[in-house]
Amino acid sequence: MTNTKDLEGSQMLEINFGPQHPSTHGVFRMKVFLEGEKICALDPVMGYLHRNHELIAENLPYAATMAYTDRLDYFNSMANNFGYALAVEKLAGFEVPERAAYIRVIMAELARIVNHLMLIGFLLNDLGAFFTPVLYAFREREKIMDLFEEVSGSRMMCNYFRFGGVKRDLTAENLTFIKRIVSKLPAFLEEFEALLTKNEILCMRCQNVGVLPADLAVNAGITGPVLRASGVNYDIRKVDEYGLYDRFHFKIPLGQKGDVYDRYYVRILEIRESLKILEQALSQIPQGEVLNKKTLPFLKMPRNFKPATGEAYGRIESPKGELGYYLVSDGTPQPWRYHVRAPSLINLTVLEEMCLGQKVADAIIILGSIDIVLGETDR
Amino acid sequence: MIFGTGILKGLFVTLKNFVTSYFRKPDNGGIFTVQYPEERDKAIEAFRNFPFLAYDGTPDKVRCVACGICERECPPKCIHIVMEIDPLGKPARRPSVFEIDHGLCMNCGMCEDVCPFDSIYMDHAFEVTAADRGKELVRPKEALLKSNDYFLKIRPGTATLVDQKRRAAEEKKKLSRAATLPPQGPVS
Ligand code: SF4
Ligand code: SF4
Repeated sequence: MTNTKDLEGSQMLEINFGPQHPSTHGVFRMKVFLEGEKICALDPVMGYLHRNHELIAENLPYAATMAYTDRLDYFNSMANNFGYALAVEKLAGFEVPERAAYIRVIMAELARIVNHLMLIGFLLNDLGAFFTPVLYAFREREKIMDLFEEVSGSRMMCNYFRFGGVKRDLTAENLTFIKRIVSKLPAFLEEFEALLTKNEILCMRCQNVGVLPADLAVNAGITGPVLRASGVNYDIRKVDEYGLYDRFHFKIPLGQKGDVYDRYYVRILEIRESLKILEQALSQIPQGEVLNKKTLPFLKMPRNFKPATGEAYGRIESPKGELGYYLVSDGTPQPWRYHVRAPSLINLTVLEEMCLGQKVADAIIILGSIDIVLGETDR
Repeated sequence: MIFGTGILKGLFVTLKNFVTSYFRKPDNGGIFTVQYPEERDKAIEAFRNFPFLAYDGTPDKVRCVACGICERECPPKCIHIVMEIDPLGKPARRPSVFEIDHGLCMNCGMCEDVCPFDSIYMDHAFEVTAADRGKELVRPKEALLKSNDYFLKIRPGTATLVDQKRRAAEEKKKLSRAATLPPQGPVS
């Protein structure tokens, strides 16, 4: 990374994007050094939304932290819950009933669809296609949000997963509703793609912009669609096969060049793969319990839950990348150490490399294509 | 070389959406916005907002026994409870103060999960505003108390289950009391 301190006082133009800037998707600041329109150095400044997430969790019983994980990546709280639940289950060795495991997969994939739809919408916003594509995406997202509200009680702060299962069972109506969403979405995607994928302006703005070479991506620890757009086949759903992902057939879409366009297109393809997983899950979902009987007393009395001394790392493929939760227990009701590996934060580290030599306007779409959420970056 | 066919196609998509949105159903690509104060979305039973305290019959019959479990388990610690002391100086197993700071509450539902006395539940009322966040947002007991009938109205599924559970527990208590206690009646 260029040391921007050396550049201060030079002839270059130094401008600040953010922290209050609509294109930075939250309170994120980029210090950009320009020569004409060309970016010579870029310094990301984070931390405006720091809320002490990890320390709060170290002072709370394990069950109470679930509600706080919603607030990490507030666009897909279901995925955040999933990762945390996995970590605690690993730590304490809880089993998850079959039906609950299916519900988890369904919710996680719906969250992925929501996230990618939003991302594409906002990326188009950054490109200058103001709000028409976003609102088309929101129209579809709203149905999934309604479902989340029906099952969990809240649209965005779901707090739906519990260790050893989920909070509430899905009713037959809920399942029909999901089936309807799944059957309607492909038509919408067709239309969305007709609007976007071959559009000349989109192609010209996005192709060969913000290229991330595969070796740099791997070395920097990039995960998720950003890594896969660079052509690296790495998806934790396939690598770890957590949950029930070993039972479903789906492909991992890969990009070739690793430019903004690939990152956009990989996400469209991922939505299609998610739909495939959903179809399979909906046809296979069995009847039964949704919460392990052994964990119920711990949810009623969170302070009685004292996992044995040890550590656990639970990770999932969140829509943004590898979302990991690291827990160290010392046998007390609170974790001794709790750490979140947030994909947004780590994916941001290559922002400068992608932006160097590009125009100012490109920096904004490159940032948009990484898909960051500041709640997760700053924690 | 650009011919602009993609742009024309895009404009066709937006035009199609604009026109058909007037004819389609809201869940099928039609106009789906709700003109809020006049129109309302359908109520969803599971919806949760700030908690309320349930009472049976009249507001003095609160179910809460001021055990303080929810106060301790609430993650942001926004509940404040003081136990009522009866004239004899003994704890009356009723709260004299029960406050929830709406400025802090994060609608997590933890209090509902942990309460062993079926007393605190998540409410549907979302139109709660205050001009002063220091005082008015700290809701006193009077503002939190709501009848069981209200609970039955907003969340029929959960409330019916809770009622059944409570009735069964009461029957059991009556039976065991009749079996063990002499006829002069309950002491507590
Ligand atoms: S609401 Fe329930 S948990 Fe809270 S003090 Fe009253 S009885 Fe105890
Ligand atoms: S909903 Fe959560 S934050 Fe609000 S009072 Fe209950 S436990 Fe506390």
